[in-house]
Amino acid sequence: MSPTPNSCDVLIIGAGGAGLRAAIAVAETNPNLKIGVISKVYPMRSHTVSAEGGAAAVIKDNDSLEHHAYDTISGGDWMCDQDAVELFVREAPKEMIRLEHWGCPWSREEDGKVAVRPFGGMKNQRTWFAADKTGFHMLHTLFQTSLKYEKVFRFDEWFVTSLLVDDGRCRGAVAIDIATGQVQAIQAKAVIICTGGAGKVFPFTTNANIKTGDGMALAYRAGVPLKDMEFVQYHPTGLPFTGILITEAARAEGGYLLNKDGYRYLQDYDLGKPEPRPVLRSMELGPRDRLSQAFVKEQEKGRTLQGNYGDFVHLDVRHLGAKVINTKIPFVRELCLKYENLDPIKEMIPVRPVVHYMMGGIHTDIHGATPLPGLFAAGECACVSINGANRLGSNSLTELLVFGARAGEAAAEFAASANGTANKINGLYQDEVNRLNKQFLKKEGGTEKIANIRKAMHKTMEEGAGIYRTESSLMQSQKEVQTLKERFMNVKIADHSHTFNTELIAALELSCLLDVAEAVIQSALHRKESRGSHQRIDYPDRDDEQYLSHSLAYWNKNDFPEVKYNPVSITKWPPGERVYGR
Amino acid sequence: MDKQITLEIFRYNPDEAPEPGFQSYEVPLNKDWVILDALNYIKDQMDGTLSYRWSCRMGVCGSCGMMVNDKPVLTCATFLEKFAPGPIRIEPLENFPVVRDLIIDMSDFLTKLQKVKPWIIREEEGSLEEEYLQTPSQLADYKPYSMCINCMLCYAACPVYGLEPDFVGPAALALAQRYNMDNRDQGNQQRMEALSDDHGMWQCTFVGDCSAVCPKNVDPAGAIQRYKVEGAGHWWKSLLLPWGKDK
Repeated sequence: MSPTPNSCDVLIIGAGGAGLRAAIAVAETNPNLKIGVISKVYPMRSHTVSAEGGAAAVIKDNDSLEHHAYDTISGGDWMCDQDAVELFVREAPKEMIRLEHWGCPWSREEDGKVAVRPFGGMKNQRTWFAADKTGFHMLHTLFQTSLKYEKVFRFDEWFVTSLLVDDGRCRGAVAIDIATGQVQAIQAKAVIICTGGAGKVFPFTTNANIKTGDGMALAYRAGVPLKDMEFVQYHPTGLPFTGILITEAARAEGGYLLNKDGYRYLQDYDLGKPEPRPVLRSMELGPRDRLSQAFVKEQEKGRTLQGNYGDFVHLDVRHLGAKVINTKIPFVRELCLKYENLDPIKEMIPVRPVVHYMMGGIHTDIHGATPLPGLFAAGECACVSINGANRLGSNSLTELLVFGARAGEAAAEFAASANGTANKINGLYQDEVNRLNKQFLKKEGGTEKIANIRKAMHKTMEEGAGIYRTESSLMQSQKEVQTLKERFMNVKIADHSHTFNTELIAALELSCLLDVAEAVIQSALHRKESRGSHQRIDYPDRDDEQYLSHSLAYWNKNDFPEVKYNPVSITKWPPGERVYGR
Repeated sequence: MDKQITLEIFRYNPDEAPEPGFQSYEVPLNKDWVILDALNYIKDQMDGTLSYRWSCRMGVCGSCGMMVNDKPVLTCATFLEKFAPGPIRIEPLENFPVVRDLIIDMSDFLTKLQKVKPWIIREEEGSLEEEYLQTPSQLADYKPYSMCINCMLCYAACPVYGLEPDFVGPAALALAQRYNMDNRDQGNQQRMEALSDDHGMWQCTFVGDCSAVCPKNVDPAGAIQRYKVEGAGHWWKSLLLPWGKDK
C-alpha cells in the first residue's frame, strides 16, 4: 500500500460487515472520494464472521414486506421505529441480491434460486443462509469485493482513541497504529462508526474478545447520546464455559429444548404446544427474549441441570439425523465436536442463555446520521431503531447491509458538500496525545490489574443488569461501576513498548466497556417497566403510557449519564399483545 | 494443588532486546482449556506484556494461529490437555517476519490476496430484481475453497513459501480458484494473467502440507494443482493459437 495518509474524505471506523458495506457504498456513490477504513483488527477478523444462522429478506411469493415488518415490530415489543422498519424490509431484498451478485455463496434450491429457512419469531420462512456460516461468508464476500476499489485505503490494526470534533462538526479521529505505537490524527469530512457491539461488558457472551463497545464510547464521549442501551439480548442457546453460540437454525431445523426431565418446558410459558415438527412463531421458534426468560423460570423451579459452568438445559437435535445436521447445520456439529467434545448426532447439547446482542447504540436517524454533523453510524453499534426491545433473529446481518449502505451514501453526500475549515485540529490532536501519555503510554505506578477490574465489572453486570433486574440490583451495579471507574484511574500498565502493545489496547478497551456499562445500567434504572429483553421484577408490566419512548443516555464526565426520551415512531401497527404459539 | 503444565513461549520485543528468546510459564492444566485460554491466563494473571492476537475463540476469525510444538494450529481449537504432561513450546507462525512475541507480520498476504482479484468479475452486473441462478451442485463446485478463514497456517506449513517469498501462496490461490469455479464469475482469464509471473506456483510439488494443516479442509494443494493444469493448457494454447482469444 501507499504511504499512510493523514486525511481522507470519508473515514470509516470498523471494518466488519457494516463498515465494509459503507466503504463500498461511498465508493459507488462518488468514485472521487478518498475512503479510509480503520480497524483494530484485520477486516476478516471482525465479529460479523461469527454470525451463523442467516439474514432475513422477503424474496419468496408466500411472504410479504408486511409480514417481515410485523414480525420485527412485535418481536421488538413495539419499541422499533416503524418508519425505519418499513424502509428496512423494503430495501432488504435488493441488498441481499446485491451481495449475491458479489459472490456470497448462499445456500440454494434445486432450481438454483436462493433457499430460505425458518427462524425464531417469524411468520414465514425468509432467512437466507450460507449453511450455518452466514456471517463468515458475508464478511469475506464484502471484504474481498472491497479490494477492487482503489480509493479505499485501509488502516489495518489501528485503534481509534477519540473523535476530532471542531466547530460543532466531526472532522476525523485520532488513532494509534498498533504495530508501531505511533499516534496520528486522521482528518476526514465525514466519519462513520461501524464498530459493532459491546457484549464484553458481560462475563458470558457469544461476542468475540474485540467486542468492547469502542465506537459507542467514542460517540458517547463526543456528546452523542446512546439510545435504548437497557435492551440487551440474551440468546437462549450458548455453550456453557465458552459462550459459543449454537445457532437458532438448530431449532429452526427442528431441535428441541429440554429440561432435566427431558420435557419441552417452553410449553409452560405461553409459547404454544409441542409438535414433533417445528411450527413458526411457536415453542422453540419463539422470540429470543421469551426463551431466555423461560430458562430463568425453569432454573428457579429447579428443573435445569447443573454443570461446572452454571446451570444448563439440553438442545436435542438427534432426531434430525446425520444428513440434516451435516448439510444444514454443519458448523454446529463442528463446534460441538471441537469445543464440547460431543457429537450432536448422538448426544444432546448443553446450552444456557448467553449475552448476544445490543439492541441499543449510537443514536442515528434512518440515514445513519447522528446528531453530531459529520458523524454517522451503522450496524450493531448504532440504534436506528429497527430492533426495539428485542431484535428478531436474522435481522442484524441484513441491517448491516441496509444501513451500512445508507450511511455510506449519506456520508458521501455530506463529504462532497462539506466546507469550512477546521482550526483546532492540531490542538485537539495534541490534547489527545497528552491524555494518552498521562493515562496510559507514559503512566508510572498504578496497582490495579486490568483483568481484576474487568472481572468485577462482569460480575456486577450479570448480577445487577442481567435477564431480570430490579431497582436495588441496578443501584448496586451503578455504585460498583462508579467504583470501578475510580479504580481504573489507578490501573497498572506493565507494558510500555511502542511495538504492538496489546496491554495498552486492553486498557483502552476496558475504559470503553466501563462507559458502556454505565449507560446500560442508567438506562435500565430509568425504564420502570418490563418490555422485551428489559425485565424489571419490580415493574413487571409493559407501560405504553409512560415508556413507548426511546431512552437517550448522555455522557457526563463526572457524574451518572443523563437520560432523556424520544417517542417511538408508530405508523401502521399500534402497540398490541405479543402472541406466540396461539 | 491442581496439575500444572509448562508453556515455553517465544518472546521478542524489538523495543527492548534485539534478540528473541524463550520464557517459561506454569499454568493450571484445566481439561476444558485450549492453548489460547492458557495464554489468556498468563496475560491476565502473570505477565501483561505477553503479546498475541485472538478474537472469536470459535475457530472462524483466523486470528490465533501459532506454532505449537512445531505444528501450525489455531490455538483456540487445540486443547491443552492433548500435550500433557508438557512442556509445550509455542512460537509465532513460521515463514513470516515476527512483529513481537507471537505476532507475525501478515501484510504480504493482503497484497497477494488483492493481486488474485478475489471478487466476482463480469462483463455486466445483472438486475437487482433477481438473483443469479446457481444450483446446489454448482455451489458445491467452489464451496470448499470459499471456506478459507485466512488464518495463515498453510503459509506457515508451505515449504515453497519459506524459500520463495514471492510465491502468492496456498490460501490466495485457493481463493482465486474459489472465484474461477463460481458459475457467476467470468474473470478466469484476468486472474490467470495476474498469476503468469508467479514462479512459486510451478515449484509447488503437491507435498500437500498446506491442505494437511488447514483447519477448514479447504485443500489449497488441490486448488494449486488445478491451476497448474489450467495454466499449462493456457500456455500451450497461446503458443499454438496466438491469434485466438482464449475462452
